[in-house]
Amino acid sequence: MARHSNSNGGAYRLPGGPAGPMVAGFLGVFSNAANAAWELNLQLPVTALARRVYDLHTLLTWVIFIIFVGVFAVVTWSIIFHRKSIGHKAADFHDNTAVEIAWTIVPTLILIAIAFPATSALVEMRDTSQPDLTIKATGYQWKWGYEYVTGDAAGVKFMSVMSTPREQIENKTPKGENYLLEVDHPLVVPVGKKVRVLLTATDVIHNWSVPAFAVKTDAVPGFLRDTWFRAEKEGTYRGQCSELCGKDHGFMPVVVEVVSAEKYAAWVAEQKKAMAASADDPAKVWKMDELMARGEKVYAANCAACHQPNGAGLPPAFPALDGSKIAKGPKAAHLDIVLKGKPGTAMAAFGGQLSDTDIAAVVAYERNAWSNKLGELVQPAEIKALRGK
Amino acid sequence: MQAAQHAAHAGHHAHDSHGHGPTGLMRWITTTNHKDIGTMYLWFSFVMFLVGGAMSLVIRAELMSPGLQYVAPEFYNQMLTLHALIMVFGAIMPAFVGFANWMIPLMIGAPDMAFARMNNWSFWLLPPAAILLTASLFVPGGAAGTGWTLYPPLSVQMGIGMDMAIFAVHILGMSSIMGSINIITTILNMRTPGMDLMKMPLFCWTWLVTAFLLIASMPILAGAVTMLLTDRHFGTSFFNAAGGGDPVLFQHIFWFFGHPEVYIIALPAFGVVSHVIPAFSRKRLFGYTSMVYAIAAIGLISFFVWAHHMYVTGIPLTGQLYFMYATMLIAIPTGVKVFNWVTTMWRGSLSFETPMLFALGFLVLFTIGGLTGLVLAMTAVDIQLQDTYYVVAHFHYVMVAGALFSAYAGLYYWLPKWTGYMYHEGLGKLHFWLSMIFFNIAFFPQHFLGLAGMPRRIPDYAQQFADFNMISSFGSFGFGFSQLLVLVVVFKAMKGGVKAEARPWDGAHGLEWTIPSPAPHHTFEDPPPFDPAEAHG
Repeated sequence: MARHSNSNGGAYRLPGGPAGPMVAGFLGVFSNAANAAWELNLQLPVTALARRVYDLHTLLTWVIFIIFVGVFAVVTWSIIFHRKSIGHKAADFHDNTAVEIAWTIVPTLILIAIAFPATSALVEMRDTSQPDLTIKATGYQWKWGYEYVTGDAAGVKFMSVMSTPREQIENKTPKGENYLLEVDHPLVVPVGKKVRVLLTATDVIHNWSVPAFAVKTDAVPGFLRDTWFRAEKEGTYRGQCSELCGKDHGFMPVVVEVVSAEKYAAWVAEQKKAMAASADDPAKVWKMDELMARGEKVYAANCAACHQPNGAGLPPAFPALDGSKIAKGPKAAHLDIVLKGKPGTAMAAFGGQLSDTDIAAVVAYERNAWSNKLGELVQPAEIKALRGK
Repeated sequence: MQAAQHAAHAGHHAHDSHGHGPTGLMRWITTTNHKDIGTMYLWFSFVMFLVGGAMSLVIRAELMSPGLQYVAPEFYNQMLTLHALIMVFGAIMPAFVGFANWMIPLMIGAPDMAFARMNNWSFWLLPPAAILLTASLFVPGGAAGTGWTLYPPLSVQMGIGMDMAIFAVHILGMSSIMGSINIITTILNMRTPGMDLMKMPLFCWTWLVTAFLLIASMPILAGAVTMLLTDRHFGTSFFNAAGGGDPVLFQHIFWFFGHPEVYIIALPAFGVVSHVIPAFSRKRLFGYTSMVYAIAAIGLISFFVWAHHMYVTGIPLTGQLYFMYATMLIAIPTGVKVFNWVTTMWRGSLSFETPMLFALGFLVLFTIGGLTGLVLAMTAVDIQLQDTYYVVAHFHYVMVAGALFSAYAGLYYWLPKWTGYMYHEGLGKLHFWLSMIFFNIAFFPQHFLGLAGMPRRIPDYAQQFADFNMISSFGSFGFGFSQLLVLVVVFKAMKGGVKAEARPWDGAHGLEWTIPSPAPHHTFEDPPPFDPAEAHG
């Protein structure tokens, strides 16, 4: 698959417009070092809207650059030629109405001129009407959930969790190319289609952002927001949560794969098949080793960030499960907190995120892992019954 | 005659509680003297500046290279939150209140602040608030890790450290409101006869407007955090959708305070610079009247632009357009001020002592911060840059280079008046150049990081951001340690050196230069005659 690397300065196409030469000069100096790290400008746009934003930013940067140079040319002149040490005597003027009116009106005219492109870009940005495809993105602490609402993939849903291993973050192994910007299940969309993204969150405010699309919108718990993009080029585009959302705010990237229509159709078929295959038989009675194996996976993906892989937690904000009153106490209370969460804390209600089988498995795991050897099974049917209440 | 009057005064004073003169620590605890209180404000703010600065170095140490090295993410969040709260409420604001206490009575020829005892109280509220904020690091769950904006629902998840921050904000707000009432009353009622408002020194004008901004905005913040407190503990749902509330409501209320707050910090800085630049240009301030109108306009417009901090929250298109246009409007009076300072220097007779260097540093760097503010005002561009390091760079150019540099300009400018001795010019200049160079090394690369898409408030980052972060961390350590030079300069000037004349700067005007250096404990017990030559405007 064509991999569009957003971070390679050398790969950048420069837009037309007045900033071209200057930006090219800058980039030329730095990208010769063949180092992606010296990026000096916005990421290369891959939507028409992002290109407008890019050009608007270039225009504005020129305007402020010229103003700055103009103002400080005067200051520099004063500093060089109007200094006491070369015997310059101070003039005696302190008012000039004409000049003062002029430097009120000229900036006003500049601002009005800028307001036109700024307004039209914004109006386009907010036009989410007539999408080809609608996807709902839900922010969780600390991962994204995607659900295809319309189109061929309607009904496909999955969680998208950062896949950078802990060892890389803790500097125990070398960092990969897409360190912190890689996920287990990226969002996949077809190229050239208008994709509307509905945004919400379950716990705190998150923000779904992909700089190459000029998309950045808050995901507010209890409300729906929307944004859109129409990617023009296949590739993988990366962004990050852009609203402080707690401990692992820095570790919930957004990854979008833009693919051709054929690849998208194949991907959709594959997802549907996988969903059908992985659907659990709700009536199945699970054995302990099956529950533990499944539960460990669910725990690692959903619980370990706070309660830690060894169950020791990060007290007091994130309590230990190993030996805890809940995990060793009555099963009903344990199931209740996992299903409904604990208001006012980071403990989310997992009832809406996980299947009956996953919840049964993870609760069984928590009650039997580490030193919590209760020997107690939890079956999906129990969860189904609880949900029914 | 004059001497007899003085003696009579002294005798009179000996009879009231003040005259008995508690000494040692009690002198400072019980003082009602505006100079003592101003001094305490300035020392307090410097101590908090060092505390907040140390926190920023924890942040920059962690960000020196990719990966987690020194602190856990949740502690990192607490550091960035306390760094901001302490710098805004503990360092910058009290520093300028300190200048106001020291200088406003001296500038307008008043014997003291209007409400001298309340003045004492508004200072002594600060240490408990500072203790609450810093002590919250050591309670279970640690300090608030929400950013200084305290957005719910994240702030509802926090532990008791959040409640301590809320109470600290309440106390700081009370202190600010009392200080503002005092400043307004003093300025409006205690000017020496003949000093009309439009002949008043510009620093007094900036504080008059700032005090009104404080009185109007601090109660809003107090309301917001009180609603947060009841959401946290008493089952209300102001900011909880499940109970019919809205998390974004908090942001509207917070920024209705938060944006005027930006100008609460910036306006007194403008005031200081408007004294220093004319003094070292040996020329009157250009366009005094338009300066006053610009200050008032900035103060007023600052209440109508709050949602430009919220372009990505999903406010309607019409809202985004309105806030974009209103924000662009602020550029006009701000531009007028910059042009006036530049024209003040034009055809002056310039010299470059430390206060002037810091004022020029302010002018250059604040203008950069203002211009990037114009870029950020454009909603479509802001959406690309919101919550990235571009914003971090922008507001540090405005806050550090704007407010802090101007506070240093004021410190070096008035230090001879306060201590009676000239500071060491060489050390002062060294302090300026180190600050100027390291500040830019620390913060200019952050523009590039933000453009390339690095979000703010993250403890770890993707590898393409590594090099600029390394440079930025290097700069911030250099900047941080350079600030210790101030201590050396101030202690040297307190201990002795070249005696300062009453008017140590030949181009300086204003009533504060008509009294001896150091300023006597009591000044202007009788209103001084108003001399138009000492006036602005």
